[in-house]
Amino acid sequence: MKINTSALVMILYILFLMLPIYWLINMSLKTNQEILNTFSLWPNELTFDNYIVIFTDPSWYGGYLNSITYVVMNTVISLSVALPAAYAFSRYRFMGDKHLFFWLLTNRMAPPAVFALPFFQLYSSVGLFDTHIAVALAHTLFNVPLAVWILEGFMRSVPKEIDETAYIDGYGFFTFFRKIFMPLIASGIGVAAFFCFMFSWVELLLSRTLTSVDAKSIAATMTRTVSASGLDWGVLAAAGVLTIVPGALVIYFVRNHIAKGFALGRV
Amino acid sequence: MKKTQNQKAWFMVLPVLLLVAFSAIIPLMTVVNYSVQDTFGNNEFFWVGLEWFEEILHSERMHDALRRQIIFTLIIMTIEIPLGIFVALNMPKKSGLWTSLCLVLVALPLLIPWNVVGTIWQIFGRVDIGLLGYTLDYIGINYNYTQDATAAWFTIIIMDVWHWTSLVVLLSYAGLKSIPDDYYQAAKIDQASRWNVFRYIELPKMKGVLLIAILLRFMDSFMIYTEPFVVTGGGPGNATTLLSIDLVKMAIGQFDLGPAAAFSLIYFLVILLISWVFYTVMINSDKGNG
Amino acid sequence: MAKITLSNLAHSYTKNPKSQSDYALKTLNHVWDDGAAYALLGPSGCGKTTLLNIISGLLTPSSGQVLFDDKDVTNKGTTERNIAQIFQFPVVYDTMTVRDNLAFPLKNRELTTDYIDQRVSDVARMIEIEDILDKKAMNLTADIKQKISLGRGLVREDVNAVLFDEPLTVIDPHMKWKLRTQLKSLHRQLGHTMIYVTHDQTEALTFADKVVVMSEGEVVQIGTPTELFEKPAHTFVGYFIGSPGMNILPASVQGDRANINGHDVKLNTEYAKIDGKIELGIRPEFISLSSDPTNLPIKINRVEDVGHHKIIRASHQDHDINIISSEDTEISANMRYVAFDKTRLNIYADDWLVEQ
Repeated sequence: MKINTSALVMILYILFLMLPIYWLINMSLKTNQEILNTFSLWPNELTFDNYIVIFTDPSWYGGYLNSITYVVMNTVISLSVALPAAYAFSRYRFMGDKHLFFWLLTNRMAPPAVFALPFFQLYSSVGLFDTHIAVALAHTLFNVPLAVWILEGFMRSVPKEIDETAYIDGYGFFTFFRKIFMPLIASGIGVAAFFCFMFSWVELLLSRTLTSVDAKSIAATMTRTVSASGLDWGVLAAAGVLTIVPGALVIYFVRNHIAKGFALGRV
Repeated sequence: MKKTQNQKAWFMVLPVLLLVAFSAIIPLMTVVNYSVQDTFGNNEFFWVGLEWFEEILHSERMHDALRRQIIFTLIIMTIEIPLGIFVALNMPKKSGLWTSLCLVLVALPLLIPWNVVGTIWQIFGRVDIGLLGYTLDYIGINYNYTQDATAAWFTIIIMDVWHWTSLVVLLSYAGLKSIPDDYYQAAKIDQASRWNVFRYIELPKMKGVLLIAILLRFMDSFMIYTEPFVVTGGGPGNATTLLSIDLVKMAIGQFDLGPAAAFSLIYFLVILLISWVFYTVMINSDKGNG
Repeated sequence: MAKITLSNLAHSYTKNPKSQSDYALKTLNHVWDDGAAYALLGPSGCGKTTLLNIISGLLTPSSGQVLFDDKDVTNKGTTERNIAQIFQFPVVYDTMTVRDNLAFPLKNRELTTDYIDQRVSDVARMIEIEDILDKKAMNLTADIKQKISLGRGLVREDVNAVLFDEPLTVIDPHMKWKLRTQLKSLHRQLGHTMIYVTHDQTEALTFADKVVVMSEGEVVQIGTPTELFEKPAHTFVGYFIGSPGMNILPASVQGDRANINGHDVKLNTEYAKIDGKIELGIRPEFISLSSDPTNLPIKINRVEDVGHHKIIRASHQDHDINIISSEDTEISANMRYVAFDKTRLNIYADDWLVEQ
């Protein structure tokens, strides 16, 4: 009996989550004609035209490529600076360490809206406006603190004796870090990468403010696309569906680590 | 863990410092700079001191936006936290196909770009082409989120619940998974009721992750911009103009740099302050229990 | 308090067990006497926890019955069986005080406040935690927490049996000894049926009146500590119990003589003809070094002095032989033979003891 009510709750909740997504998919497979003129729970005239538009128009598929480019750049940058810092915070005491850690975390609390304009001016003045690296750097604002925090949690659970043993065995710091330490916190690195990917992928405000043509993200493309005859709902829906795909793939691959991952190594 | 004193550790933190200095301190300096100056264009600025701050602190506009923001955050937190815990309690625990399916589907909304979340609900809620709007209209409820403030609020709240409850679910689930079976068996032997199991076993063990969930939900909902912007654009009128939407309007829409900068700083400080209060209160209550 | 009968009990974690090896617990018949202290002893994965969970009702067996005082409780839950169980990791309700922890099972049974207070203070006195009754349970040490979870079991007067699942695993060594002694005296005082699962022979032998030794899902011997020591029913019991365990040597037996690799050993009694794999078992305590060449020749590899006695690690051809001799035994170069105490020799056929 108990199993049944649990399953029922889960089914209802998942239904609540899936219905709007289903509706988006449903719409992406209809013609604009059908969307606006008939109300139907599934496409009567199934069409892939909306998807074909996206895959053939460079201003559409370019948006995806741009987004993926800066998301990957951001993840790499965030992790490579966060790893040594998290190691330092988890292993050493040094002047101002606690203040520094807290100050880093406060950057996670900074509303992107506060930074949108100053970022625009800053990156324009150094000639980085409308480049992938500008968005990637801007997103480090909230991803680096998060990555440091997650990695620090995972690193703290690795006993310090392992470091000491490695040094006694004659490993240099870099060999030790690469060959012994990184594999030990592999799941932590995975979790941090997942969150960096996620927050960079879903963000709109900064990526829209910092790009115009060459590095325009898919999110920005979507919010700016208003065709002459009003909104092209079918294409918009198809574009939306395609932005869900990378996220769904990422979740599918990490599904067995989600529970532990969301605890950020701190349970 | 005992940490060693080592000032050289600064070198490991240096890259982070430089990066964050570039992407946080310099822009923040710009903001501070604007907040104390005024301009008549032509890149000529002059010192106005704390005038902008005074103006913003006394402006109706800021007060209204802040009030709306607080109401919004309170509502979504009172829904999302209990609902998230409740769903987490019903998540299947044994690994298997059903569990994987639940996890993947539950996590899905979190990975959808925020503007797409907005788009999804913008479409879903429309009376002419959206399932929700159409259904509500069909059963005779007057629902039009572009014109009716209540409907607009209903839409952005249900959207936020849809988007973020899963974060609370997954965090709570992670907490629940860390409880050994022995606890449940012991409770069974002690004839503990379902409520007591929750109250004395599950809730204490979830406390740590719930703290994270509450903090994250507070911060993120307080900074929310994209989703309501896409759905309602802050309207009808200013009914759903939350702090971020108002700020962006002011800074980029009207290019009122001085007031916008002062607004930004106050906004940031409010978040810091409330987060800090949350954090300290919870840490202290933790110690009090010990 | 109750007598617990297991009748034709078997359990498998797979849905449709095909062969014997699919069973975590092989067919078992046994009666646990009312008020006795038992230990379930065996290595990890031998099925002892499975058996315990079947008795406590956390697990329903694939076949067979569990009877409490001749009442069938096989399909009854833990609550109806009225047992108490103490787990490997101490289970306490962190946010409650120690007092509330002890009162919890009684409160859930909706007993009167006066009675609850009385019981809690009685039990607290018994397990010696009166001084910390009003502390939060969260920050106590593992051994105190384990005492509290024991207390929660004992607080119910009508408890049928108290089950322990390796309760001392996470306790510091010096506290282990103390808790063990306390448990033993509690048992004498209260007379509950107690079943104690462990893989530690010292814990089992000191705690229990009777020890049930399990191996690979099968009960191989039930007996008093003395019986297990002197007459192991199975070679497994022989080398699992004792430190070092029993020496097992392949032999052939004819009448009252055993033959190990061509060397004759005199036995205590005459044996009938035995089939199967024949082995001779003797505990290290009952072997002595000798210089008499009529005995079994050995080579001494190592002598370990463990304080109150010496362990001599020797070998006869490829077979290891351990000998325990007293601290003051002189070992000379010509001691290249061992003599067996023939009254202590056991003969095994296909691993099972051959009765004399």
